[in-house]
Amino acid sequence: MAEQLAVAARGLSKTYPKGGVKALEDFDLEVPAGQVVGLLGPNGAGKTTAVRILSTTLRPDAGTAQIMGHDVIADPDGVRRVIGLAGQYAAVDENLTGFENLEMVGRLCHLPRPSVNARADELLEQFGLADAGGRVVKTYSGGMRRRLDLAAALVARPPVLFLDEPTTGLDPQSRLALWDVIEALVSGGTTVLLTTQYLEEADRLCKDIVVIDHGRIIAHGTPANLKADLGATVLDLMMTSPEAAQSAALLLSDLSDKPAHLEGSTVELTVDEGPKTAAEALRRLDASEHELLGLALREPSLDDVFLSLTGQRTEVDTEAVVAGQKTKGRRAAKETS
Amino acid sequence: MTTSVAHSPRPKAMARARWAIADTVTVTKRNLIRFMRIPEALFFSTVQPIMFVLLFRYVFGGAIPVAGGSYVNYLMPGIFVQTVIFGAASTALGLAEDLQSGLLERFRALPMAHSAVLSGRTMTDLIRNAFVIVVMTAVGLAVGFRPMPNPLDYFLACIVMMLFAFSLMWAFAIVGLSAPNSETAQLMTFPIIFPLTFASTAFVPAASMPGWLQAFAKNQPVSQAVDAARSLMVGGPYHDTKAVWVSLAWSLGLLMLFVPLAVRRYRRAT
Repeated sequence: MAEQLAVAARGLSKTYPKGGVKALEDFDLEVPAGQVVGLLGPNGAGKTTAVRILSTTLRPDAGTAQIMGHDVIADPDGVRRVIGLAGQYAAVDENLTGFENLEMVGRLCHLPRPSVNARADELLEQFGLADAGGRVVKTYSGGMRRRLDLAAALVARPPVLFLDEPTTGLDPQSRLALWDVIEALVSGGTTVLLTTQYLEEADRLCKDIVVIDHGRIIAHGTPANLKADLGATVLDLMMTSPEAAQSAALLLSDLSDKPAHLEGSTVELTVDEGPKTAAEALRRLDASEHELLGLALREPSLDDVFLSLTGQRTEVDTEAVVAGQKTKGRRAAKETS
Repeated sequence: MTTSVAHSPRPKAMARARWAIADTVTVTKRNLIRFMRIPEALFFSTVQPIMFVLLFRYVFGGAIPVAGGSYVNYLMPGIFVQTVIFGAASTALGLAEDLQSGLLERFRALPMAHSAVLSGRTMTDLIRNAFVIVVMTAVGLAVGFRPMPNPLDYFLACIVMMLFAFSLMWAFAIVGLSAPNSETAQLMTFPIIFPLTFASTAFVPAASMPGWLQAFAKNQPVSQAVDAARSLMVGGPYHDTKAVWVSLAWSLGLLMLFVPLAVRRYRRAT
């Protein structure tokens, strides 16, 4: 059984001493070899804690985990020889060149000396960094940095890859480019465990999605399953006041099989047939003389998944996500300039 | 992209030792490259001790009577020790920076010898300290420092001081790994550095201090290192072979205490 599973975790729990917050509680995970599994959740949900335990950089309070049959507690070095770790918290050295970074990692993985340089060149080429390989990483853009970070995780050709929010803070173009790279790796047979805040990302890359919040698994399934549970589209109706929103929600309650959600003076409906339902909503609001300030149809966001799974918004977490992205975006912008 | 596995086999004890050394060299090399890329840091790390030399030599020195009459000869061994202690404190800063940037997180997920992160850091700071001692020797000679014409004793004095600095680096490693960020790490080293360097025999004879402070100033490890360096560099009225041995004992004792604590802290640092 351990042979077929690249990652097997059972009952992992972790409470950080500072603040006593339960970062992970009774967390189970199985990733079959060669598959991509996504760990989806907002900031502070426990995604990074899970990845850190599985990559041996953090000890769990309880539970067990094996990576390719190596136990993370009993044989951490065995685990480290079969994994690559990349993402928001595992960094590259700003003051070294791209080549020097990869060379350092190759040495520390104890690859034979001549093959270290060849491997570094090969990866720089593969990630479109051949021209920048001799430049100090400080001068790289955010996207280049993430690609180098991923390259560094691949130096020793690990069969299992942990990607902790690989595209958080990246511009859409760099995000697409990184997705292509990850897809290429997977088609080459690498097992990937990916954490993300973006439903779209999990949807594109992952066969299987585990949704976590407050350290607990709250849903598990294929992207199609999760979306089917949710409904295809979200209809936002911006009314003139919270009272108007309330009466509009009442008026439109039969358009969705899920209860409408009120956010200030906005009504949010999860619907199956977006345009048709929107037209019907407009007709009814017009007929009942509700003034409409705005209307939007959008793909369900991670927040909508949460709304539908837990019945409540993760407001504090969402704010943290937005704030985090702002600062990261600023940093990335500075880097490119 | 293939998944041809099992790049490195399970290591034996000998291979482990060899890897620990190779990894220390790799990490040291990486740290030294950083120094080369930021020459300002190296330059300014010599500015502060030079300021102290000028301050004590020309501003305070005239008011401090010492045995043998030459204050600059009394001062310079103290300056050397103070300088290597400040240099040792940069271990805290370096590790805090690597912790904050996430580089330590990458290191911890690699199949490397984990002690190499700390030994590579301390080796780097030791090399930098050696460089600063050479610079400070030149500065000392320029302002009238006249050590005994015995290169071997001078070299031994440097070894004693560097070993002392090396032992402190492991204590500062714990500070760096416990600090919330690199700025705070630097601030956290001051309350350790200041009482130890100034309530010592580095700049003034202990006899000039109040009685309660004398007891501390005479016996604390910084004073022992200063007295040892002064004995080996200047000799004469400062000849004190016992201080050399006591200082070496302090350094070894501190190493035995702080190396395991620092390694343990590294394993748990987040």
